[in-house]
Amino acid sequence: MQWEVVIGLETHAQLTTQSKIFSGAPIAFGAEPNTQACPVDLALPGVLPVLNKGAVERAIQFGLAIGARIAPMSVFARKNYFYPDLPKGYQISQFEIPVVQGGTISFAVEKDGKTEMKTVHLTRAHLEEDAGKSLHEDYHGMTGIDLNRAGTPLLEIVTEPDMRSATEAVAYAKALHALVVWLGVCDGNMQEGSFRCDANVSVRPVGQKEFGTRCEIKNLNSFRFLEEAINYEVRRQIELIEEGGTVVQETRLYDPDKKETRSMRSKEDAMDYRYFPDPDLPPLVIAQAWIDRVKTSLPELPGAMRERFVKDYGLPEYDAMVLTQSKGMAAYFEAVVAAAGREQAKPAANWMMGDVASTLNREGIEIGESPVSAEQLSLLLKRIADGTISNKIAKEVFAAMWEAKSSSAALADELIESKGLKQISDTGALEKIIDDVLAANAKSVEEYKSGKEKAFNALIGQAMKASKGKANPAQLTDLLKQKLG
Amino acid sequence: MHTHTLTELSAQLKNKQVSATELAQLYLHRIAASTLNAFTGMNPELTLEQAKDADARIARGDVTPLTGIPLAHKDIFVTRGWPSTAGSKMLAGYNSPFDATVVEQFRKVGMVTLGKLNCDEFAMGSANENSFFGAVKNPWDTGAVPGGSSGGSAAAVAGGLTPAATGTDTGGSIRQPAALCGITGIKPTYGRVSRYGMIAFASSLDQGGPMAWTAEDCALLLNAMAGFDARDSTSIEREPEDFTRHLTDDIKGLKIGVPKEYFGEGLASDVEQAVRNALKAYEKLGATLIDISLPKTSLSIPVYYVIAPAEASSNLSRFDGVRYGHRATDYADLADMYRKTRSEGFGDEVKRRILVGTYVLSHGYYDAYYLQAQKIRRLIAQDFQQAFARCDVIMGPVAPTVAWDLGSKVNDPVANYLADIYTLSTSLAGLPGMSIPVGFGQGDKNSKRPVGLQLIGNYFSEAKLLNIAYQFQQATDWHTRRPHAS
Repeated sequence: MQWEVVIGLETHAQLTTQSKIFSGAPIAFGAEPNTQACPVDLALPGVLPVLNKGAVERAIQFGLAIGARIAPMSVFARKNYFYPDLPKGYQISQFEIPVVQGGTISFAVEKDGKTEMKTVHLTRAHLEEDAGKSLHEDYHGMTGIDLNRAGTPLLEIVTEPDMRSATEAVAYAKALHALVVWLGVCDGNMQEGSFRCDANVSVRPVGQKEFGTRCEIKNLNSFRFLEEAINYEVRRQIELIEEGGTVVQETRLYDPDKKETRSMRSKEDAMDYRYFPDPDLPPLVIAQAWIDRVKTSLPELPGAMRERFVKDYGLPEYDAMVLTQSKGMAAYFEAVVAAAGREQAKPAANWMMGDVASTLNREGIEIGESPVSAEQLSLLLKRIADGTISNKIAKEVFAAMWEAKSSSAALADELIESKGLKQISDTGALEKIIDDVLAANAKSVEEYKSGKEKAFNALIGQAMKASKGKANPAQLTDLLKQKLG
Repeated sequence: MHTHTLTELSAQLKNKQVSATELAQLYLHRIAASTLNAFTGMNPELTLEQAKDADARIARGDVTPLTGIPLAHKDIFVTRGWPSTAGSKMLAGYNSPFDATVVEQFRKVGMVTLGKLNCDEFAMGSANENSFFGAVKNPWDTGAVPGGSSGGSAAAVAGGLTPAATGTDTGGSIRQPAALCGITGIKPTYGRVSRYGMIAFASSLDQGGPMAWTAEDCALLLNAMAGFDARDSTSIEREPEDFTRHLTDDIKGLKIGVPKEYFGEGLASDVEQAVRNALKAYEKLGATLIDISLPKTSLSIPVYYVIAPAEASSNLSRFDGVRYGHRATDYADLADMYRKTRSEGFGDEVKRRILVGTYVLSHGYYDAYYLQAQKIRRLIAQDFQQAFARCDVIMGPVAPTVAWDLGSKVNDPVANYLADIYTLSTSLAGLPGMSIPVGFGQGDKNSKRPVGLQLIGNYFSEAKLLNIAYQFQQATDWHTRRPHAS
């Protein structure tokens, strides 16, 4: 039987506010336990929550960026359950009426070797507070409670069951990650738990309308784990059904060491959270004026920027999409083009997606940390364009620029000069090289003359080698053709 | 001296007839000698320190009418320097690292804190018999309850242990004990007084207010107590107002709505008599009585006993033995620790309400109970708005009977709930309500127990309510009667 995979994601994005969502306590990762918690976070008797407007502002930014409806009135509700790291005995969240409703996220995804655009619909995004942390190690049979994280603002972003493979789910998660970081509403730090996903996974026979029974895999804090967990879960469910079993609706945890998911609690054990509107917080009313103000302060969004790159720089759609995956890459690209000239847009894009991206990747750093500045790269592009160096030599120069870690604007020229990499375009010098090559390779000359075209390439290769790669390739070809008559 | 009103003491302080320290000492002695069990926490050293500060302020002329006046707080308000217990074993000995906003405001004007006042556990009760620290006695008859949940506050004022007290009212907890102890108390409009630092019972209903001998005293206290607080999101942002500004206004032509539902079955004849007499006194002052109807009154009991326990069940979840307060000594695991801690830490009435609240919020019952109750709550509020189209103020009894005997209803929670019938709907609507002493009934004991008249105003009409109460107190002397016990 052919199976179709159905995936929906719930993502918790930690918002970049200075303080917590319902108290004035600071949010700092890695601080000493319980030093970032005030009486409100500790749920001392008598304390009350006060909503952080910055968290709302970020939710509005996100909602506008995905074309969602911003609810003019949304409601905070209490989700009641007992756990030692949940100080109030309830989490303040939004239940029936969330602040962000609907919206879409579009992204490119590889399918059968081709790149396709995919659009995922969002159900909602709502504001809520994070819980604290239970520390089971180091306490000799006891549990330590760290409430630094308690009250940290989260935006929980929920999709429709729109994804059909782990690859799509990861591509969505990456696009969402890029977007929230782009907007600056989340720092995107997955190691610190600032961006984590729950995946709802089910399978159904291809062609069947009804969804299969789903399992929710909790707390996936890396794209790799997300992909592995979904793939494992899909295999597990298919095997289970094919062996005559049925999938039980449950919450599962992914074990990255064993690379498998395991049951955490079944639907029967599911808690009754006794949601009800939090009487300590009036409904969140968002006036149109607030939405309008946020709208005007929004940065250019990736989609709009992509269209502009195609239109203004004549870039292929694919290039525009890759370059607009992060604000840093896009800004760097535009800076290079600004310095090198608009006609250098395509070469600049090629360099960004090629040597720049692969070097960043290799070193595991972000574009903002690149030792080669946009200005420095633009000079390199100019030197390729004006024939000073070949594209091939340019790669060597680029590597040297990266290592040089210099701030000199003329770094490319300095390195071409000091390493003697300037292209040889002088006809006399080139003729001399060709003459030497022809004299030393009589056999190849014979072969060429007897009609073997391949021999020509061999001679060019020899000449290029003799010039240490510096010969102007076009000129070299012309001259060799002349010489061979 | 201890029989004087706050206003009288204020004048004596101003004229240097007495010092804040002398006043504090006087009341501290009376509290120490008291048998009412009205106080749960004392710190005489800190009290005298505050009195000394007040005297220094008076000496340099930095005074308000409240500077140097002693005051005690219901043990629902958290305080630095005095334990904050909410009348519960769960919080016995708990020390708050911060002061409630209300406590802070009174300190700012230089009032002197005498201590913390006994109350029903987490403000749940109508007789102050649900306190971990024991029942409070009514100074008019020490065999009677003082009412609740602000029973300690009412008894302390009536017994001359403090000239002023704070209370909190969720379903009548200021008005009813004020009535049963023959003093004056006002529950302001919901949102007037900050709830920050008030240990929550039912957040959408809880409202703090002052209790003292007279309307004038209450107006002065409310001036310091009310006001917007950014730390309470349900606090209402309004221009500060002087609640004494209308006290002396003439009330000729005042239209008093008298709801027929407040005079029906269940109202004791002695209470009805005293209330009717008070209404007659108002007619003499130039007011007109208008028959009105508040048809949803009887629904306020089921609605209140769904909403208040629902909110309470969630509000009290934080008392889990993890971070502060009582924790069971022996337990097998986490669930066992929760179970034992909460079983030991909470009293019966609190447990009863947590159970009811948990039930009505449960999946499958929420719509039928909680949502339905919220709908009726809105209808109750509409009842009042229709009534206020025809009258300026609504008057009726505060409670159906005078104070009952200690212990007589402890095994009958429903009887206790029914006693709240006249006060619940005001709380559900968020309206301001007052109780003023208007006479005495005999109960079934042939004793002398106070009767209170309830005044209900429209939203933010506290200054008007206080004016109406003040005019009555200018014409009558019920508020000047003092009990013997203390």
